[in-house]
Amino acid sequence: MRLGAAGFRGGVHPDYHKELTASLAITALPVPAQVVIPLLQHIGAPCEPLVAVGDHVFVGQKIGESKEFVSAPVHASVSGKVAAIGPYRHSMGKAVEAITIVSDGEDKRDPSLQAPPPLEELTPDEIRRLIREAGIVGLGGACFPAHVKLSPPADKPIDLVILNGAECEPYLTADHRLMLERPEDIVFGLKAIMKALGAKTGIIGIENNKLDALRVLRQAVEGSPGIRVVSLPTKYPQGAEKMLIKATTRRIVPSGGLPMDVGVVNHNVGTAVAVAEALKQGKPLYERVVTVTGGGVARPCNLLIRIGTLVKEVLEACGGVKEDAVKLVIGGPMMGLAQPDADIPVVKGTSGITVLTREEMALREAVPCIRCGKCVDVCPMGLVPVTLAQLTEHKLFERAEKMHVMDCIECGCCAYVCPASRPLTQYFRLAKAQVMGRKRK
Amino acid sequence: MNGKFVVSSSPHIRTMDTIPSIMIDVLVALFPAALAAVYFFGYRALITMAISMAAAMIAEAICLRKLNIFGDGSAAVTGLLLAMTLPASAPWWLVVIGAVVAIVIGKQVFGGIGSNIFNPALVGRAFLVASWGGHMAGTVWPAPKLFDFWADIITVATPLNSQEDALKVTLKQLFLGNVAGALGETCALALIIGALWLFYKGRIDWRIPGGYLGTVFIMGALLGGGFYENALKTGLFHVLAGGVLLGALFMATDMVTSPVTPWGRLIFGVGCGVITMLIRLYGAYPEGVTFAILIMNALTPIIDNFTQPKSFGGVKRSA
Repeated sequence: MRLGAAGFRGGVHPDYHKELTASLAITALPVPAQVVIPLLQHIGAPCEPLVAVGDHVFVGQKIGESKEFVSAPVHASVSGKVAAIGPYRHSMGKAVEAITIVSDGEDKRDPSLQAPPPLEELTPDEIRRLIREAGIVGLGGACFPAHVKLSPPADKPIDLVILNGAECEPYLTADHRLMLERPEDIVFGLKAIMKALGAKTGIIGIENNKLDALRVLRQAVEGSPGIRVVSLPTKYPQGAEKMLIKATTRRIVPSGGLPMDVGVVNHNVGTAVAVAEALKQGKPLYERVVTVTGGGVARPCNLLIRIGTLVKEVLEACGGVKEDAVKLVIGGPMMGLAQPDADIPVVKGTSGITVLTREEMALREAVPCIRCGKCVDVCPMGLVPVTLAQLTEHKLFERAEKMHVMDCIECGCCAYVCPASRPLTQYFRLAKAQVMGRKRK
Repeated sequence: MNGKFVVSSSPHIRTMDTIPSIMIDVLVALFPAALAAVYFFGYRALITMAISMAAAMIAEAICLRKLNIFGDGSAAVTGLLLAMTLPASAPWWLVVIGAVVAIVIGKQVFGGIGSNIFNPALVGRAFLVASWGGHMAGTVWPAPKLFDFWADIITVATPLNSQEDALKVTLKQLFLGNVAGALGETCALALIIGALWLFYKGRIDWRIPGGYLGTVFIMGALLGGGFYENALKTGLFHVLAGGVLLGALFMATDMVTSPVTPWGRLIFGVGCGVITMLIRLYGAYPEGVTFAILIMNALTPIIDNFTQPKSFGGVKRSA
């Protein structure tokens, strides 16, 4: 099984439906009357609230923080009064502690926020501290605190930073619009990340279905030594970390390893914009670009939304959901999380709000596997989903682990192609959770 | 806006491929061969195919206690594939028994679609060969009668019977199907046209047919005795004669009973080719496709186990 020259093995070509929003410029959603800001919007330790009910807060004021290294503070996204602190349902499924702020309508920015010195004068440590203070996490959806990725151990030198502009997830266009509208900030953010890591090379990888973004960014990186823009074949999951590294550099992240094992740190282009805003203006991460899309939304669009805005209000602003809407997904249709209702806040990791109709989804009942082997053909990780699914069905998790179920990146390609409509990706989530659970014991 | 939505695990979109759509593609792919069968063997071909499909579908519907006779389409495929391997002279009851055995013994007793170890159509055929050797004669088969829909059956020896018989037909005859044999196996052209459809639709990949036909060609050329003008033509004779094309393109590629790994598919195809040629050249039967594929079906799990692909960033492994 030879790997393609500059691509990766497997993958699928779903209907992208990017045309719904690709040509629509980012517009700012009006400041909401109330926001609900979860104290856990990242992978790591949850924040402790820094404010109490009744306190007045400014836009950008830090309202939650943790002492743990793997964590990121949260900031108020409107100015106003703290109305409540308590559990609120989160798009990840569970309810988490959240701070509800009622806006005073003045949208006053925290006067203590100041622009830091220019990038040339900042040390790597200062860059990391500013990024942490700004509450920046991976905006592609993984929500890993950005400063952690910028602090690799001394024995893992980083020579390359890859910005992910693949946006391989169908329907979503938030990154595409950012690349078109904020190319300078993306390049600035990349330079800051490279400086923090001491990396000499930067690559911006963009799928070749976004030719305009490729052109704009190629212009933007002119005159920036060490930085280049790479055109990637359009194939899902091109934006998955390991696939992106393979496709741009031919380096292969070892099984169970991290990009830093091959000298690479990945960040999303949206994260680079947030880094640029933090370092240029001292602006914390309190708003983000979200693609609101799908056949079930009356007016699909790309919106700049304050963190904590309730999804139901976002959908109302987009003309509401249509009669035949069946599914509400936070993120895109391949990896996004389905929600029972829209009473959840937009968080740092919310890259898209996708409302799907029955027609778009092809909801079908699972029937027995006919061993067609399509899942084996498409698995970008080189796994054998058909066998892993059997092992999971029989609760043989140890054997599933031996067959590298922990390598599964949950991209969904196997379940996407399965003619028997088997919930393969769901099986592997279950198997992975079981294996992890046993390890903890 | 507070309406409840459906919640399920991602991905939330799927291809439009379903098991019935795959089965319909196979039926479409078999259509040229079915037409050729009627062209060469007349009304008896039509009746045999109709009886076989009907018996298979009814047997499946009874086993599953479902009224939808077409179901997922797999019984229709099994019925048609079985008919393709039968002589035009087969009496109606033989066809019915073959189809019922194929569905009940070949598939349903294992737990239905997806669970069977052996290709159901070939189980049915093997049962008939073992039980009614006279009807499923190994040496003489119905001869083709062009344009004569109501023709009577005259049986002659197949080209695989002996070198003498082989030299009575040309490669062109074999390619077009104007030779004695089972209903669906004689016309190479029709089988290839049908297989192109399956390739185009992504229902089969090249590894099983490639490994199978390549092996038959090479072994035919090297070990076939070179009784045609030269070794290459002898190799080609072995590819075109008998049931190899039908077997390699439509039987060995049965998804349920063949390996899922890329290397496994290739090994499976090569194994089918080797066993077919060993039976043809050194065995008691003139033809070996049925048993070659059935034997390799039995080896499928172990082949899959030893050909696990290398995982991304990892090493080879076995379960």
